[in-house]
Amino acid sequence: MRHIRPYVTGGIALLFAAVVFILPFMFILIQAVKSKSEASRLSFSLPQEWLFWQNLIAVFKARDYQLLLAYFNSTLITVASVSILVILSAMVGYIMQRRRTPWNAVAQIALFMGLMMPPAVVPTIGLLQDLGLFKTIHGMVLIQVAYNLSFSTLLYRSFISTIPRDLDEAALIDGAKPWQIFFRVILPLLKPVTVTNIVVQSIAIFNDFTNPLYYLPGKENVTVQLTLYNFQSMYTSQYNLLFMNILLVTIPPLIVFIFFNRQIVAGMTAGAVKG
Amino acid sequence: MVQPRPRSQKSPCPLWFFLPAAVIYGVFFLAPTATSFWYSLTRWDLTTAEFIGLENFRQFFSEPFLVQSLVNTLIYAVMTSGLKTVCGLLLAVLLTGNIFARGFLRTVVFFPVLVSTIGIGITFTVMMHPTKGIINVALGALGIAGPGWLTNPSLALFSVALVDLWKGVGLATLIFIAGLAAISTDYYEAARIDGATRFQQFRRITLPLVRPATITVVTLSLIGGLRSFDLIWAMTRGGPGFSSDVVASVIYKQYQAGFYGLSTAGNVILFALIVAIILPLSLWFNRREVAQ
Repeated sequence: MRHIRPYVTGGIALLFAAVVFILPFMFILIQAVKSKSEASRLSFSLPQEWLFWQNLIAVFKARDYQLLLAYFNSTLITVASVSILVILSAMVGYIMQRRRTPWNAVAQIALFMGLMMPPAVVPTIGLLQDLGLFKTIHGMVLIQVAYNLSFSTLLYRSFISTIPRDLDEAALIDGAKPWQIFFRVILPLLKPVTVTNIVVQSIAIFNDFTNPLYYLPGKENVTVQLTLYNFQSMYTSQYNLLFMNILLVTIPPLIVFIFFNRQIVAGMTAGAVKG
Repeated sequence: MVQPRPRSQKSPCPLWFFLPAAVIYGVFFLAPTATSFWYSLTRWDLTTAEFIGLENFRQFFSEPFLVQSLVNTLIYAVMTSGLKTVCGLLLAVLLTGNIFARGFLRTVVFFPVLVSTIGIGITFTVMMHPTKGIINVALGALGIAGPGWLTNPSLALFSVALVDLWKGVGLATLIFIAGLAAISTDYYEAARIDGATRFQQFRRITLPLVRPATITVVTLSLIGGLRSFDLIWAMTRGGPGFSSDVVASVIYKQYQAGFYGLSTAGNVILFALIVAIILPLSLWFNRREVAQ
């Protein structure tokens, strides 16, 4: 009886998890491969004919290959903002951890504000218009950097405390300049937390809906999350294509999750427990 | 002659390292936040702002649907935060115990956290369809007449909150699992020798010792709940009527309607709400921490 018990509770939990957490994903998958009329019944039944390729091609072709453009834009925004974020927040985390200056208190408050406060949207739009950055990809990148800086810095700061100071000082005695010490000595040692940071931030920025909705309107600037939103309001009758689009948006995080499961878990809990 | 301290003269950590981040953060986050206090007192069309005093705030607190958005924000935040804390802790206890397929279950519970909120919102909107949706079809098969999850004005906000729980509970579980892993097993062994029941162990050992994780989960999910916009927008657009509007969706609606001053006033109210809730809460948590 004693050693059966884990299997029994596990079995019940598994069944429960299957229904509650897996079923919605199964639903997405089967809706995505149905024909238009079958999908509009919204029922949880296997499709009569599997139209995976037809629907996939149709969803990419829809509205002048909008989805392809959206993937391009989203990837560009994600890669650019994460690269800038990594460098800038590692620099800030390094100074906050290593040096005691009055500016640390300021940085600390700014960090806390960034984690807590919602951005002031309309004044930001006004500012972006004045700077000529409204509805531009690089404007969006700068916004993503500003909004995600706090969390990213937090990750670096706690990790840098584990790197011995002797290393910086040895490099300094050898005559290295500060920026050389940082880029040649410190940054390579931060690789584990950098991987975590890249993965966590990429998912957050790729999945972001609200900020592109506000700061990046316009057909030519569409991002992946916005295609879903456009589809929802314009093609309510084509549920098969809508769900194919959802499926395509769900796949990138799934792939990242399969490969970087450990880093994601580390990043989410490290940032969270400190925050 | 006094030698200058070599470390302060040539530190390996120059202060200019703060600068690039500070400029971007200052220009794109802090500056708009600061100017929002001024714009919230104006009638504004992005080019000219006319000072009208507290008129926007007066309007916000006198229109019934705007007041309702404020109440809804509080209900939504407290409900999602409470549910995530309770369910997250229970799931974490289950998933740190000795059960079959533990790793797989952790993965399954956590995965929705990483998926697009809009995608999840649309999927559940379809599943919650009053007549054709699979939830009500399944309930119908059991002989229960399912409610109009998103079409009934008194239910819509709660339905969205449940989907928020579904999507967010994985993160709470993950934080609690990390918290539970930090509790030494010695306590449980000692308690078992003294004859404590499972429930007593949970009540007297787990609950007090997992406190730091609890604080994190409560704070994070409250902030998230107060700010939440995308799931509500994907599922109900604040409807039916204004029954599931929250402050964040009002900010968007007023922006779309061209009432930029009123929208910004909503933003200032949201700041105030978050500060008024989170600041005392974290002070209280910290004081209890020190007292212990």
